[in-house]
Amino acid sequence: MSTLSDPPRESFKPSMLLNDTRYRGYTFQFIAIVLVAALFAYLGLNLQRNLAAAGLTISFDFLGEPANYDINQTLIEYNNQMDHWRASLVGVLNTLLVSFLACITATIIGVVAGVLRLSNNWLVRKLMSAYVEAFRNVPVLIWIIIIFTIMTAVLPAPRAFRGEDATASMIFGSVAFTNRGVYIPKPIFGPGGWTVMLVFLAGVIGAFAYRRYATKLLYATGKLLPMGWPALLIAFVPAILAYYLLGQPISLEYPELGGFNFTGGINILGSLIALWFALAIYTGAFIAENVRAGILSVSKGQTEAAASLGLRPRRIMNLVVLPQALRVIVPPLISHYLNITKNSSLAIAVGYMDLTGTLGGITLNQTGRAIECILLLMAFYLAISLSISAIMNVYNNAVSLKER
Amino acid sequence: MKKTVFLGALTVAGLAAGAASAQTLNDVQDRGTLNCGVTTGLVGFAAPDANGEWDGFDVAVCRAVAAAVLQDPTAVEFVPTTGKTRFTALSSGEIDMLARNTTWTFTRDNDLNFEFVGINYYDGQGFMVPKALGVSSATELAGATVCIQTGTTTELNLADYFRRNNMEYTPVPIETNAEAQQQYLAGACDVYTTDASGLAATRAAFENPGDHVVLPEIISKEPLGPLVRHGDNEWGDIVRWTLNALIAAEEYGITSTNLDEMAQNGGPEVKRILGTEGNLGEMIGLDAEWARRAIGAGGNYGELFARHIGESTPIGLSRGLNAQWTDGGLLYAPPFR
Repeated sequence: MSTLSDPPRESFKPSMLLNDTRYRGYTFQFIAIVLVAALFAYLGLNLQRNLAAAGLTISFDFLGEPANYDINQTLIEYNNQMDHWRASLVGVLNTLLVSFLACITATIIGVVAGVLRLSNNWLVRKLMSAYVEAFRNVPVLIWIIIIFTIMTAVLPAPRAFRGEDATASMIFGSVAFTNRGVYIPKPIFGPGGWTVMLVFLAGVIGAFAYRRYATKLLYATGKLLPMGWPALLIAFVPAILAYYLLGQPISLEYPELGGFNFTGGINILGSLIALWFALAIYTGAFIAENVRAGILSVSKGQTEAAASLGLRPRRIMNLVVLPQALRVIVPPLISHYLNITKNSSLAIAVGYMDLTGTLGGITLNQTGRAIECILLLMAFYLAISLSISAIMNVYNNAVSLKER
Repeated sequence: MKKTVFLGALTVAGLAAGAASAQTLNDVQDRGTLNCGVTTGLVGFAAPDANGEWDGFDVAVCRAVAAAVLQDPTAVEFVPTTGKTRFTALSSGEIDMLARNTTWTFTRDNDLNFEFVGINYYDGQGFMVPKALGVSSATELAGATVCIQTGTTTELNLADYFRRNNMEYTPVPIETNAEAQQQYLAGACDVYTTDASGLAATRAAFENPGDHVVLPEIISKEPLGPLVRHGDNEWGDIVRWTLNALIAAEEYGITSTNLDEMAQNGGPEVKRILGTEGNLGEMIGLDAEWARRAIGAGGNYGELFARHIGESTPIGLSRGLNAQWTDGGLLYAPPFR
């Protein structure tokens, strides 16, 4: 008769940290970490001590002092009596705004150009390759300056709109293109105005729900419902009805010529437009190449198979090729988005007050705290970039190849 | 690995900076050159000429100090600094003195630990507008779009001025004077504001200077002067008194051409400045002829002004506040005794 017993449990002895292969790896990794940490601590301390000896004590107290300067585009309330921290936040929001606009526009331009580069039409194909080669091979700073200079030189100054013999006039009496930017009407929300907006939002969601339902029905039963006009109806009709039922609560404030400038309305700064378009067309050229690579990565057999099923070319692209191409397109797209965000720091070339212009520009100059400002600047850009990557990685996981 | 190398380099740089903060005079004399921070290029004040030699009103101060300390006005290493890098360059010891149109302010003097040794140019911020606007005073500028060169004290003065007068404005920040000029001429802004000296220089470069007016209001005080690190008072004294020697030289009529004659036949104070009487040089750790060399390097204050930014130059500035106190200006060198 034999008794079964567990193998004898060895008690842990310190010597095993070196002699036992199971633990030895951990020991050395731990030692390495401690050494690296000690090295960095030594360097950091040394740096700090020497900076202090040179009269460069690191202090972030200046962030709480009044900024004393004005910013021409503020998405949150700001005046020159608020502190440097607030001014930095205004800069962050301006950076985010231009990056967001440029990312969307660059994606649209890139996808269209990328698809058209593979067109069967010789002229279209060559035009698109000319676009890609011209725009991605010239530094983006030059594009920013070119667009800004053209805007300033070609568009009329506000004073050209003045007087009897005005040489410029507003489009539809409501939009003015000037060399200081574009002035557009501003919506004024009366009582009930927000209800109309909510109804409109609900309509848009409804339209998407309808499209989803129609697609589902198509896959389940093969019955094809019309998609275009019913979706438009669902999106707009309730909102228009609500607008009139509530007594037209949203009105427009038109820009008018005041003393020196147009007053009223919304002024989209020339520097924002220049930066936005330069970043969009420059990065769009890179994205076009990614899109082309993505499409070419889908084997020709897929297209031919789809064609043999009787799908039309546009459907083949939308239903068969692009969904498979996305898993190739999205990862480099993330880094292009990051590039747009970082390239937006060239804003100072045209006087757009982004983060580099406020915190890294005027604040740095006025307080003389260069090291602190640059550290903060790095932290801000790092945080923004990491957030963009995190969001885009979620999307990437959604479109990547599902292995079951 | 790379990161470690980088941090190591940073540490070495830090150590070097720590060592450099004391005894600047010895360092400069051991090195044989003076490291002087100047602008990256502003014609009249500091810019390389056609031969690549730095020249200008601020540059002349550097050369005078080098002449006093190193017996050689050309023994200067000019370090171009931007508005952003100038203070870090000075406090890290990369440069020994900064002569870069820097406005003397309380925070720069105290919070940033610098020592302004004097004022070599009294400036003030003004406005320029096209004549066609029909504006005759800065108080009529409510609602205007204003071009400003960013990274200067002008932004703060502008904000203060409009706040004080309860006026709104739209700032258009611009990086360089050249760009600002272009924007202003294209009508992208109604007003251009910067130091009055800069406005004069800019207006002079226009095709039709007569179409533009500089408004009478001067909205700020901009005393520009050289500065050194706080804490090395001997070095600060040398730079301060070199500047004073240039100013006093003009007051007493010492020029670069009559140095020898004045040293022999001048009044007692002139003789003390030029080292033929007394031992002033010894007191600041230099030899007796330090001031003589400083003045000989480019001339006295008036000669420097006339040659670099005066009325006969394209910059065309009049002396104004920068005249000697005897001529109704603000230049007033303390006595040499």
